[in-house]
Amino acid sequence: MQSASSFINIGERTNVTGSAVFKRLILNEEYETALDVARQQVENGAQIIDINMDEAMLDSKAAMVRFLNLIASEPDISRVPIMIDSSKWEVIEAGLQCVQGKAVVNSISLKEGPEPFLHQARLLKRYGAATVVMAFDEVGQADTIDRKFEICKRSYDLLVNEVGFPPEDIIFDPNIFAVATGIEEHNNYAVDFIEATRMIRTQLPHAHVSGGLSNISFSFRGNNPVREAMHSVFLYHAIKAGMDMAIVNAGQLEVYDEIPQELRDAVEDVILNRHPDATDRLLELAPKYQGDGKAAKIEDLAWRDYPVNKRLEHALVKGITEYIIEDTEAARLAAEKPLHVIEGPLMDGMNVVGDLFGEGKMFLPQVVKSARVMKQAVAYLQPFIEAEKDGTTKSNGKIVMATVKGDVHDIGKNIVGVVLQCNNFEVIDLGVMVPCDKILQVARDENADMIGLSGLITPSLDEMVYVAKEMQRTGMDLPLLIGGATTSKAHTAVKIDEHYQHPTVYVSNASRAVGLCQQLLNQETRAVFADKLAKEYDTVRLQHARKKPRTAPVTLAQARDNKFTCDWEKAEIIKPRKLGVTEVSADITTLRQYIDWTPFFMTWSLAGKYPRILQDEIVGAEATQLFADANALLDRLEQEGGLVCKGVFGLFAANSVDERIVIENDASEIFTAHHLRQQTEKPKGFNYCLADYIAPADSGRTDYIGAFAVTGGIGEDELAKSFENVGDDYNSIMVKAIADRLAEAFAEYLHQQVRVDYWGYAPDESLDNDSLIREQYQGIRPAPGYAACPEHTEKQLIWDLLQVEARIGMQLTSSYAMWPGASVSGWYFAHPDARYFAIAQIQGDQAQAYAEAKGWSEREMEQWLAPNL
Amino acid sequence: MKHTLLALAQERILLLDGAMGTMIQALKFDEKDYRGERFADWHCDVKGNNDLLVLTQPESIATIHKQYLAAGSDIIETNTFNATTIAMADYDMQDIAYEINVAAAQIAKAACTEYSSSDKPRFVAGVLGPTNRTASISPDVNDPGKRNVTFNELVEAYESATKGLLEGGADLIMLETIFDTLNAKAAAFAVENVFAELGHSVPVLVSGTITDASGRTLSGQTTEAFYNSMRHIQPIAFGLNCALGPDALRAYVAELANVCEVLVSAHPNAGLPNEFGEYDMDATEMAQHLEEWASSGLVNIVGGCCGSTPEHIATMAKVVADKAPRMIPEIPVKMRLSGLEPFTH
Repeated sequence: MQSASSFINIGERTNVTGSAVFKRLILNEEYETALDVARQQVENGAQIIDINMDEAMLDSKAAMVRFLNLIASEPDISRVPIMIDSSKWEVIEAGLQCVQGKAVVNSISLKEGPEPFLHQARLLKRYGAATVVMAFDEVGQADTIDRKFEICKRSYDLLVNEVGFPPEDIIFDPNIFAVATGIEEHNNYAVDFIEATRMIRTQLPHAHVSGGLSNISFSFRGNNPVREAMHSVFLYHAIKAGMDMAIVNAGQLEVYDEIPQELRDAVEDVILNRHPDATDRLLELAPKYQGDGKAAKIEDLAWRDYPVNKRLEHALVKGITEYIIEDTEAARLAAEKPLHVIEGPLMDGMNVVGDLFGEGKMFLPQVVKSARVMKQAVAYLQPFIEAEKDGTTKSNGKIVMATVKGDVHDIGKNIVGVVLQCNNFEVIDLGVMVPCDKILQVARDENADMIGLSGLITPSLDEMVYVAKEMQRTGMDLPLLIGGATTSKAHTAVKIDEHYQHPTVYVSNASRAVGLCQQLLNQETRAVFADKLAKEYDTVRLQHARKKPRTAPVTLAQARDNKFTCDWEKAEIIKPRKLGVTEVSADITTLRQYIDWTPFFMTWSLAGKYPRILQDEIVGAEATQLFADANALLDRLEQEGGLVCKGVFGLFAANSVDERIVIENDASEIFTAHHLRQQTEKPKGFNYCLADYIAPADSGRTDYIGAFAVTGGIGEDELAKSFENVGDDYNSIMVKAIADRLAEAFAEYLHQQVRVDYWGYAPDESLDNDSLIREQYQGIRPAPGYAACPEHTEKQLIWDLLQVEARIGMQLTSSYAMWPGASVSGWYFAHPDARYFAIAQIQGDQAQAYAEAKGWSEREMEQWLAPNL
Repeated sequence: MKHTLLALAQERILLLDGAMGTMIQALKFDEKDYRGERFADWHCDVKGNNDLLVLTQPESIATIHKQYLAAGSDIIETNTFNATTIAMADYDMQDIAYEINVAAAQIAKAACTEYSSSDKPRFVAGVLGPTNRTASISPDVNDPGKRNVTFNELVEAYESATKGLLEGGADLIMLETIFDTLNAKAAAFAVENVFAELGHSVPVLVSGTITDASGRTLSGQTTEAFYNSMRHIQPIAFGLNCALGPDALRAYVAELANVCEVLVSAHPNAGLPNEFGEYDMDATEMAQHLEEWASSGLVNIVGGCCGSTPEHIATMAKVVADKAPRMIPEIPVKMRLSGLEPFTH
């Protein structure tokens, strides 16, 4: 398809010498709009874009650097190679230092003799650029066939033989000059160019020929139809002779065959110099074709002229709600029944969305916006459908979804729900903290086709196992879908699948859900799929069984001998300025400055670190939009309220005894916190336990510990619901994602206040948000349920110590998940050496000792320590 | 040198070494170990400055090199991933960057000399890392046109590093873990400047990094676009390393093998980091992947990046020993340009 003679369009509009518009934009420093000019060219089919900043009023070098750096951040422009166009070498060199791709330089020549030419060519080779070489030498610009070829040949020999320049990277420009100027000597210029091109292409192997097309028609300025005809005719003949590139306005080329015969003949006479009076004849004819050329299309609203079905598709794909009611109404009037609008164009549009999403061409936030458009259309049609009462829509299948008992996290589940709905699945969402028997009951009553379980905290994994066992026991045969942050294929294969003999499918992310569900619902594919899945799980189980512990275990006594310690006699212990429990609140204006955005993007399945993700080539545009939407919602919450952030913390006297921390509150009541100790061999480090960061009782010194609980989500459920009720799932999910971030930001903010002020052990600390995110401060705030203190029931102690529920209304569920979902709780340790670590695997001796200390039965021990056993 | 290496590469698949960082990590050096005597009073923390260890713990670095040589590596890489004046500025050690390059090359060279034999010569690849800055990506969201390093600053830093490596006895120069092609173009430019200044050259290897499943470098180029951007330096080998395990990297190695006019190298990570930041893929599993690559004729040089150990290299050496190296395909002469995507004409 791409034969050697295929022809390249080089975009010419980003050239200050050729485009008055572009020149004005650059002179006024309107770079954003100038980038649009570049983007349009690429959209119009330019395969390379020529950039020229040679203008007397301009610091050309600075403008070139600025523009090229900006282009580098625009993937839809920088996907094509750049042609760096300047008559000044220093501008060219500065440009080459800004492009990562292999660029083309325009141009070098023998104008100043061979020395600068060779010097520049050597540097170009070192920069790795192809180059245009003008047919120009010490004498001047070549005009005749012989001069053109002779200079090109001399340049070629110098480049290839002296410099070792790759001949395929040489592009000759044998000078296109204006014809039909009325001066007789100019009449043969086009023919000279065409014939010289033929010689270059046959005698100088691998070299290319290019030229600036607009020169040829210079004498017909103001008459675009004639100019375009001249360009087309000239190109037609030059390409046949071997010209394989040209700088053209790709959006303005007349098709050779579509030029009116009369005009084409006259132009051809001029270009090929076939009659002495060719110029006069074209001049005579020209006024007849005078006009303002083709009207430029207004790109933005062109889709409004599409047929209605296409308009619906466009609105769905682009997530535009503006015209959806109008278009839905038009489609309804055209359809036999209102239902057909849903089953026809709307579903077709959503299928396009589904396909694009599946191919990775759309991203999750866009899909959720599509769903918003879909919902509005469906909501509009609903009354018409009701009026007809002719049955229900045919859905792809029905799925019952729930976050399991004891867990309140539902962002991921809601996203999966929306994506499935977009694909015409009927979703019955039971919400959060749903007990097993309710899930199964609804599945039976509703005659569901599938059950989907979600959860975020580790105890939810066990609850999922329980649901699977119950499904088996009660003889169900529905496929069971498993998802959520702590779930994994390994856990599903090893722990869940074995208890249920029908397909138990781990869904790694929302984009996989649709494909999986479709396969599971078709009886034929389901069998094949189940087979494949079983084999996959066998492999996973085998791998899991073979996994040897990476390091050897040690006994609890050995681990204690290798505990972290310090010279407690000399250790500096700072007494908190304010002991006891303190309630706090913070407004969104304060907290938003403390937000760590990276996890926010992860919530939306956009991978990348903030702020870099905003520039990301694949997801950057979407991330930027998402970021703007999040901030818009934050603005609104700031002004109108709706989310309340509350917290409570306490600072207490404490001492450690082995793995326990004995805490005394200001009423002299004693509480005991239980911690775990790392129990694998640590040849060069310690077997850490959080208790080691508190002075031991036998040191004779009083130490201190803090505890906190904060939430960013009082009101989140109601607010999310209010969006959901008006069909705006996008903002419903957004509210929860933001509440999560605010809770984390609150924890960060409060920790800082405690360090600097309430406890005051680091009064002079001064860190920006980035440093806070990177934890560059003294002390830690480990959270029960996470790596350093993985056992969840210890949250109860924090609740008791701080009277959390009574003071600020945060609650613990039966699985010790916190409500509202957007909450954080944990401990404060001030020790300068305190660091985060992971307990990982513990041994039986410690588990027994821990259970004894907590007064647990064997069963409770297994239940709560399972993740670490 | 170029001749010997190319002749060897025609006979068999050559072996690089594995991770240096992973091996250093296992030694659990603390701040004091990193400082050694010479930097005992240095004014900022230096723990984590792995390249400094060639000055403060040279024996340990030599031992790691020797473990890889014993495992069968034909080419070992100097411990200079961050030894440019730019990256060393993190520890305020830019002034000793040159010295580190010299010392690192000397240590590697001494180890190679010990293991070299006439039928298995060993080579030192002097490593030029990517630095910790990007010449084509803005550090400031609000100003996409901004840059925190210029091409010329990079050229200056890389020239100094290259000279140090050559002075210390590096047989080859390797630009590796390239995530921003413009940085690598500056490195290539610097290397050629040094060659021109010294009047002689050594073979160059180029190895880029595909950062995620999108199949692009961090700066957004596809594998072939990246290849087009760098082939002007006429390396003897062109490859991919780091970021991905062999499973995820395969597609891009295959893409490269299709278009590459020179030897193809690959040194993937030992899988992806698990939730503890450790690399799980054991030697056998990694070798299985590379054995398949070799059987499919994709590679000429193999090795390991993050997470790989001498055991990985030794196992790899066994499985590729009897495999034929990739045949370099006939590539038509074309102008090969690129933006983020390749453009061939």
